[in-house]
Amino acid sequence: MDVPLAAEECEAITRAFSGLGGLGVDEEALVSALGKWRHQPEKRAQLRKSFAGFFTADGGFERFEDDYIHYLKIEFARFKNIMVLWAMHPWERDARWANDVLHKAHPFDIIVEIACTRSSEELLGARIAYHALFHRSLEEDVAYHVRENFSNLLVGLVSAYRYEGDSINEEMAKSEAKTLGTAIKSAGVRNLVENGEVIRILTTRSKPHLRVTFKYYREMYGKSIEEDLGDELCLQETVQCLDSPPKYFSKVMDETLKDGADKNTKDALTRVIVSRADVDMEEIKAAYHEQYGAQLEDVIAMKTLGNYRDALLSLVGQ
Amino acid sequence: MASLKVPATVPSPSEDAEQLRKAFEGWGTNEALIISILGHRTADQRRAIRQAYRQAYNEDLLKSLDGEISGDFERVVLLWTLDSAERDAWLANEAVRKWRPGNRVLIEIACARSSKELFAVRQAYHSRFKRSLEEDVAVHTTGDFRKLLVPLVSAFRYEGPEINLTLAKSEAKMLREKISDKAYNHEELIRILTTRSKAQLVATFNHYNDAFGNPVNKDLKSDPKDEFLAALRATIRCICCPERYFEKVIRLAINGLGTDENALTRVIATRAEVDLKVVAEVYQKRNSMPLERAIKGDTSGDYEAMLLALLGQGA
Repeated sequence: MDVPLAAEECEAITRAFSGLGGLGVDEEALVSALGKWRHQPEKRAQLRKSFAGFFTADGGFERFEDDYIHYLKIEFARFKNIMVLWAMHPWERDARWANDVLHKAHPFDIIVEIACTRSSEELLGARIAYHALFHRSLEEDVAYHVRENFSNLLVGLVSAYRYEGDSINEEMAKSEAKTLGTAIKSAGVRNLVENGEVIRILTTRSKPHLRVTFKYYREMYGKSIEEDLGDELCLQETVQCLDSPPKYFSKVMDETLKDGADKNTKDALTRVIVSRADVDMEEIKAAYHEQYGAQLEDVIAMKTLGNYRDALLSLVGQ
Repeated sequence: MASLKVPATVPSPSEDAEQLRKAFEGWGTNEALIISILGHRTADQRRAIRQAYRQAYNEDLLKSLDGEISGDFERVVLLWTLDSAERDAWLANEAVRKWRPGNRVLIEIACARSSKELFAVRQAYHSRFKRSLEEDVAVHTTGDFRKLLVPLVSAFRYEGPEINLTLAKSEAKMLREKISDKAYNHEELIRILTTRSKAQLVATFNHYNDAFGNPVNKDLKSDPKDEFLAALRATIRCICCPERYFEKVIRLAINGLGTDENALTRVIATRAEVDLKVVAEVYQKRNSMPLERAIKGDTSGDYEAMLLALLGQGA
């Protein structure tokens, strides 16, 4: 029957196509539209006319914008990606993500994340997988491809095999807190990432030792070392990841679920949920709730669609 | 090739443990018995003997040995009895605590072991010293040495045979540039030496020689007193030709007045199950004398007997 498309119907399908900024696509709604609009090509024509930005009038027809076809590829693939990553061995996941940073210009904080939030054995595993997949060592690729001034920091972070026991030398922690403080006060934060002592402490000390060191830092200087590391991206992330992965990941979740997040930030949602589901998801949810006053599952449910949403919520747990 | 000789039939670990216990009993110690057992067992067998000894006598074999023997003999027996990873961890820790720029132990461990073996050393270091190897190396070394040694001991080099010739050429060129500028501690030089696979490095050094007319080590000899240059040269030799490197360590330990027993012990104990046979052949070629004869001439008593046993004598 020739009933024109209501505004709500338009919006619903636009949304199902990830057209209102959600992540993933609503496969069910799309399939049902196929059935509903059978033999009604004029309904589709209306949709194309009303689908702001996706289609442009061009010589007598509404042409699909290339950018949006590409955009849809990504959104449709979110479910595929999360399933493939979920099935993959964690070592291979980490090796592939690291390789993407180096060869596809993904953000460097992913390397910091992998190097600092995995256990020593897991990081070794990622290095083993990297050999097998790419026929080079992880540190050799990081050293070769990272030409910025934080190269030495990253190489040190990925090469670490930190002691994981609890034994801590309190005097050493105090003295190293002082060393860090002196370095931060005297350098411009620009050069801090090249400071030999800062790199030594952050890339070789055990995590329990570092947490005590950061605690002494706060006592000595009145501020957390994180705050004092301000905008120096790699250093601030390093400290956050070493100090408290759940807090760090809850921040990443906040970024990824904000409106207007860019492609790489959106990809973080899959990466974090898949890599942490079996590790510290509960702590991340708790940290998220504490920091942002909302339940992580609720925000995810609002911002994502279809099978992708269901997959995320299953991994996040209720 | 290993030089270690093991008899065709070997007593059970508990029998060996019992014999060793007998060697300690009463006044004095039967050193010859200790040598005849421990000096002719593989790493797996020694591990089993240690286990059997602990089960039977509620004490670590090494602790018993420490109470019974001493000096250079004790050092070689103790080092030899340890697992290779534990041994390297022990040697690394000693090197770190007694660090001097001329110390080569860390370089040997980082470069003359496989990637897996080096990682096993790092694991053994955690267990024994409750800290990571790299954290101790970082804290006890400074300047250029820290820049070189921390990445060396942290490396997990790719071990495949693949070589990228274009990269070998460009990195040989880079090395040449930095060496000509006397920028020996330059990031790029360190990066290449401490991260590339051994196969890739060998190709790079070969190309260096072809393109510039000198082996890279020759160009690193500009100042004979510079310890850092010596460290770089040792790194390269351990990576490329460990047998020749170890022959030189032994030669320097033995030649001239006095003997550097620690160096001699270290090479013999760490290479007996690896390539000591080849090292001995290189020694003979280079010095026109069998290594056994040189050792006999320079050492004595039980220490000498243990070294010779590890060289394959008297199984």
